Amino acid sequence: MAELVSHPDEVRVVAKRFGKGATNIDRYLELDGYKAVRKALGMQPDAIINEVKNSGLRGRGGAGFNTGLKWSFVPKQSAKPKYILCNGDESEPGTCKDRLIFEEDPHSVIEGVIIAGLAVGASSGYIYIRGEYRYLLEIMQKAIADAYAKGFLGKNIFGSGRDFEVYWHGGAGAYEVGEESALMESLEGKRGVPRIRPPFPAVVGLWGGPTVINNAETLASVPPIILGGAEWFANLGTPKNGGTRLFCLSGHVNKPGVYELPMGYNLKKMIYEVGGGIPNGRKLKAVVPGGSSCPLLTSEEIDLPMDFDTLMKAGSMLGSGGVVMVDDSTCMVKFALRIMKFYQHESCGWCIPCREGTDWLMKTLTRFHSGGGIRKDIDNIQYLSENMLGRTFCPLGDAAALPTISIVKKFRKEFEDHLEGRPCPFEKKGAVERLPVFA
Amino acid sequence: MRFSDQFEARFTEMLTHYPTKRSVLVPTLLYAQDEAGFLSDEVITEIAGRLDLTELDVRNVISYYSMLTTKPRGKFNVQVCRNISCLLRGADELIEHCEKKLGIAHKGTTPDGLFSFEEVECIGACSWAPAAQVNYDFHENLTAEKMDRILDEYRTKVQ
Repeated sequence: MAELVSHPDEVRVVAKRFGKGATNIDRYLELDGYKAVRKALGMQPDAIINEVKNSGLRGRGGAGFNTGLKWSFVPKQSAKPKYILCNGDESEPGTCKDRLIFEEDPHSVIEGVIIAGLAVGASSGYIYIRGEYRYLLEIMQKAIADAYAKGFLGKNIFGSGRDFEVYWHGGAGAYEVGEESALMESLEGKRGVPRIRPPFPAVVGLWGGPTVINNAETLASVPPIILGGAEWFANLGTPKNGGTRLFCLSGHVNKPGVYELPMGYNLKKMIYEVGGGIPNGRKLKAVVPGGSSCPLLTSEEIDLPMDFDTLMKAGSMLGSGGVVMVDDSTCMVKFALRIMKFYQHESCGWCIPCREGTDWLMKTLTRFHSGGGIRKDIDNIQYLSENMLGRTFCPLGDAAALPTISIVKKFRKEFEDHLEGRPCPFEKKGAVERLPVFA
Repeated sequence: MRFSDQFEARFTEMLTHYPTKRSVLVPTLLYAQDEAGFLSDEVITEIAGRLDLTELDVRNVISYYSMLTTKPRGKFNVQVCRNISCLLRGADELIEHCEKKLGIAHKGTTPDGLFSFEEVECIGACSWAPAAQVNYDFHENLTAEKMDRILDEYRTKVQ
């Protein structure tokens, strides 16, 4: 379904079985499948956690928290059952990597879930896949059934005396559900609104039990770590940023696609060598480095290694691996508006700063882009956004505010060019804003 | 209210996956919608009854999820992505083209009930933009011509 690409600089760890028919369990076994979980069955839980901790694996969903450390927060003793929850509700704009993992290598996720379960003492796991990915849910259902049939799941897995159950779960369309606490609400059959923390899911999660929630790519990275060792994995990347990651190149780039590159790969090289540069003889104007929630970088700011810490220092985020190139024919006011429309649509409405903030920002940006902006709006857009930061239960408010603040700061002149009733300088026919249709 | 045997088998199995009955609600609603076309009052009453929930509980959940609908839609729901990666590669033009071709706007349904049209947020096809889904099928690297062919194929599927 989704097309595969390749580049000589790729280091394939998570993607090593892509294009090799690994959805078939026998083929997966030929390609080192389920070897890691066999090895993990012979390890002490703390040894598994330490291995993952030392590998420098950090959450691939976007937060970039050390995975082994996250696992270590789960209490050893618990009156309630513990759970592993795989977050496959991929919906961050610019991100299309988990889709490939489910499509090409579903068993690697199952294996990651089992190993996480062995590490924290859980005996069941759920793989939550977004509703739009129906064909992937079907691939996963078959993969799980095949694993049960082989005795890799269920009672006495691999003849070890341990039991482990894995279940699939499908969503029904909601960006917010990709947030860990909203994900649990959704799995429990409710509206996907976030929970206040603390308590953190590691202590009180699904149905009140301690729960480990990891992104699909994170879990698919676990079996290679167990097999290859923490040191090997850590050395693939940069200090504190172990391994590789799937970068999804999209937007104005010659060779869009999902490429697995080492952590710390230079962004400029990624755009011009791996991605083949900007099409139509255009110049790069901006880059969204890790999905639409991340502050944008200008074309002057791209000579840097792509790891969590460097991007943080550069005032942005590595995020979920969605690298979106924006060329100089693009109106940044329109781009900011498009991002804000998305967050306004997806805000669950639970926290007022996010619900009201995204709506007012969308209305202001709509009016502004149509030529009805006044100078004061520019500072107001920034002020409103800054007032959303850190004032919500979940990071959706921040996700809406951060890119907006960066666009106003870095492309202020484009906002000024829209003032005094002037039409958008980038639209050939002038700014045409369609009226919203309410269904 | 009768669902298919496959629905019933899956529903019964799903109930064994969770410690609470309610946990099956979201996927069950989507599977029910796939069969009934939309979540009618009758479907809502049925599912609420099966899961010991009030109809209000079920409606509260339905209104949250963008794929769930209480209104009838066309046989083929054409969903064109409008988010950033698609926007940069011509989503606006594609949306305009679809609206003209089908003669309907966002959330509209053609009079023959064959197609409905919707602009949607990111569907996870960013590297293959612009992209659309018709029901659950992905269509990627779209152009106006490719979209025409796809829509014609769905039209002939029915005949």
